Amino acid sequence: MWIYEKKLQYPVRVGKCDVRMAKYLIEQYGGADGELAAALRYMNQRYSIPDKIIGLLTDISTEELAHLEMIATMVYKLTKDATVEQLKEAGLGAHYANHDSALYYENAGGVPWTAAYIQAKGDPIADLYEDIAAEEKARATYQWLINMTDDVDLMDSLKFLREREVVHSQRFREAVEILKEDREYKRVF
Amino acid sequence: MSTQPLTSQALNPQGINPQLPNSEERFYAPFRGPFDPCPPILCKTYVVPPQLFLGFQPPNLPQFSLPEALRFGTLWPALFSPYSPQNRGGN
Amino acid sequence: MDTTSCDPRYYELLEQLQTLDFALVELNLYLDTHPADLRSIQQFNQLTQERTRLAKQFQELYGPLQNFGRAYSKCPWEWSQSPWPWQV
Repeated sequence: MWIYEKKLQYPVRVGKCDVRMAKYLIEQYGGADGELAAALRYMNQRYSIPDKIIGLLTDISTEELAHLEMIATMVYKLTKDATVEQLKEAGLGAHYANHDSALYYENAGGVPWTAAYIQAKGDPIADLYEDIAAEEKARATYQWLINMTDDVDLMDSLKFLREREVVHSQRFREAVEILKEDREYKRVF
Repeated sequence: MSTQPLTSQALNPQGINPQLPNSEERFYAPFRGPFDPCPPILCKTYVVPPQLFLGFQPPNLPQFSLPEALRFGTLWPALFSPYSPQNRGGN
Repeated sequence: MDTTSCDPRYYELLEQLQTLDFALVELNLYLDTHPADLRSIQQFNQLTQERTRLAKQFQELYGPLQNFGRAYSKCPWEWSQSPWPWQV
């Protein structure tokens, strides 16, 4: 069961009416290494991972949903008052034709999210290495997004999200170490 | 094509103070072909953040104050990775 | 815009809550991989206590943070009232 909490994990301020940035930010909403992909990847892998790692996957997955809400907040704030002209200029004309200013799980190029972005191999090491890679890819995406904006408020929230990828990567690396060291249970025939 | 070794001068086209390097930044010089159509990016950078070096986090590491922790996105300075916007290739 | 989203005290309390909750998230993930770190568990429990107190204060002023029976409601039903997190 999940309980929603009516607050953002971190304050999101957008200081500039830069509609084009909304188009780029959608990469972290419905892109291959975005927050939706991250949340669903970990939440699904947890059913077939050793018990010691289930808590971590559950908690990081849940935190990713909070990050998804932060990205949604940025896109919402940037597009809610945009005119059709502004959306067209920002490269969001095609988005408008299909969705008006509704958010949609797609990447910056408009490609819809797909489960093919995520893997569950059932091998704990393979899955955790995928998770580490996912965090590093998301960190890189945040770097490119930070490079593309000059809005210091937006940059502040993006830096927070980038740092969370660093911490999550650290925890997944520790999870690998836990599995390497775990000699507690000997196979009994 | 330049074959000279990369000096700190060459590595710092942004004029970053070499006394205060961002220790998470790494540099390389992309190959320059004789027929490249665009002005070359002489130096490219990438980041090697702290989780690549920390290993299994030891207990009792120093902590940020709680308001700082929120701002920085982590409770532990050892895991904090500063990042500032850069032009492509750091030039 | 409603009254809440113009109230500076709302943002102040919200950020205090975000600050405490963030430290709790960090400690929680840390403890997931360091389950025997007693000092961190003590810090977690202490911050949980502070968080509970602050959340109660926040909810008395600005309505429920959680639904499905995790917070009380005045009349009219407070949960579905604005502002939502992405609006403030």
